Amino acid sequence: MTILIVGAGQAGGECASQLRKLGYAGPVTLLGDEPHPPYKRPPLSKAYLAGAVTAESLHVLPAASLAKFDIGFRGNARVTRIDRAARHVELATGERLAYDKLLLATGGRARELNLPGARRANVLALRTIADVDAIKARLAPGKRVCIIGGGFIGLEVAAVCVKLGAKVTVLEGLPRVLARVTAPPVSAFFERIHREAGVDLRIGAQVAALEGEPEVTAVALADGARVDTDLVIVGVGIVPNVELAQDAGLAIDNGIVVDEFTRTSDENICAAGDCTNHPSEFLGRRLRLESVQNAMEQGRAAASTLLGKPEPYQMVPWFWSDQYDVKLQMVGISAGHDQLILRGDPATTRAFAAFYLRAGKLIAADVVSRPADFAFAKKLVAARARIDPALLADEAVALKSLA
Amino acid sequence: MTRLRFVQATGAEHVVDAPLGESVMKAATTNFVAGIIGECGGSCSCATCHVYVDEPWFSQLLPPDAMEQGMLEGAVEPGPQSRLSCQIDVTEKHEGMILRIPAGQA
Repeated sequence: MTILIVGAGQAGGECASQLRKLGYAGPVTLLGDEPHPPYKRPPLSKAYLAGAVTAESLHVLPAASLAKFDIGFRGNARVTRIDRAARHVELATGERLAYDKLLLATGGRARELNLPGARRANVLALRTIADVDAIKARLAPGKRVCIIGGGFIGLEVAAVCVKLGAKVTVLEGLPRVLARVTAPPVSAFFERIHREAGVDLRIGAQVAALEGEPEVTAVALADGARVDTDLVIVGVGIVPNVELAQDAGLAIDNGIVVDEFTRTSDENICAAGDCTNHPSEFLGRRLRLESVQNAMEQGRAAASTLLGKPEPYQMVPWFWSDQYDVKLQMVGISAGHDQLILRGDPATTRAFAAFYLRAGKLIAADVVSRPADFAFAKKLVAARARIDPALLADEAVALKSLA
Repeated sequence: MTRLRFVQATGAEHVVDAPLGESVMKAATTNFVAGIIGECGGSCSCATCHVYVDEPWFSQLLPPDAMEQGMLEGAVEPGPQSRLSCQIDVTEKHEGMILRIPAGQA
């Protein structure tokens, strides 16, 4: 049996590792369109951008591991087509590679701004090592950086750029930052810490035009304001890479449609990671998640399925973000809550928790720099615990005692 | 290189030669040691790299910071010699260090 993995990100890498851990000794090859073996993406907008770690240190399957465990890796190998009937994939070079079982771990790509000038040389996204290298080459103390998008990427990049001495503006189109993922008091907290750090953070800012040739020199806003800049960093989300699967006739619906075993509509093809639309038992619905947890858990589940021993993955989504001295850890999905309970004061401190209840049950928590509370919130959310809101709000009551 | 010994709850042992300066977590994950997941990649955010460190090494380690201590409280079956392996960087002093992996950590 030959296993091919299209996509050498964290889902693909984790699947390859797990295949070996499960005792599979046959051929397995990772095909990546970047030159690097599987590497960690979360540090790209944090420690790697800050220059605190090397690119090599990000590798989760470094060359030594690939060799030791006999995992094939081909970088700069772009797959352009899947022939499901013949069971082979075709590379951009025209070369064909046969498979018995295939994993699609194609991830996502940075969404581009739909504006003239979006591809000028100083308009940069942040998704890959190469992206960050391009940003770092232009960053220096005193440089003006305009970040479009007040999501996790935009805010993490803002924090690093400020520390590096850049003059940072963040433009968020919605009325608050992190609007898709958290509640207003948590958004307000992040707006406060960025402004305290010296970021010019503008909410409700509609980008109208990128001005300047050949490089962008200013970002014009719909209200007539202009932000002069040396560099534009765009963090407006990702687009799942579904085209290969779509062209091959697999079911697509905001992602490659898979079941709880990572199986696509072709019995020989699984899919894992940011590119999948998958069922969540915890949420009782399907969704697409962009997280390393999802990539790794689905990667492992796919390994079992590819080996004919399917085991469902059941996860409670969690996420984290590091900005300045603050660590945000989130568990569950807060959308749909009907009650918000705060433990600690986000308006004046730098450590607090927000708990989200629906019909009296804890469905999610956002925890800032209270690691023990996060650890227990994770258990309580997984159990959909019913807890007295007064106890959740009371800092004197250890969350541990409620778990 | 420093030799580390990872011991599963079943008693199975996995001997790994780790480069100096690398984290114990990375030594485990790049050598496919079962039970050390390292989901957050070593940023002290997830506690999936939790281990029990045998003496005499445990007492020789730099003490955990507040973030690690908090995460350890909620780790799988925490004990008095619990540490997050992502927060331990390998030194010459760790030669032979025994790291036990909690049952049920996967």
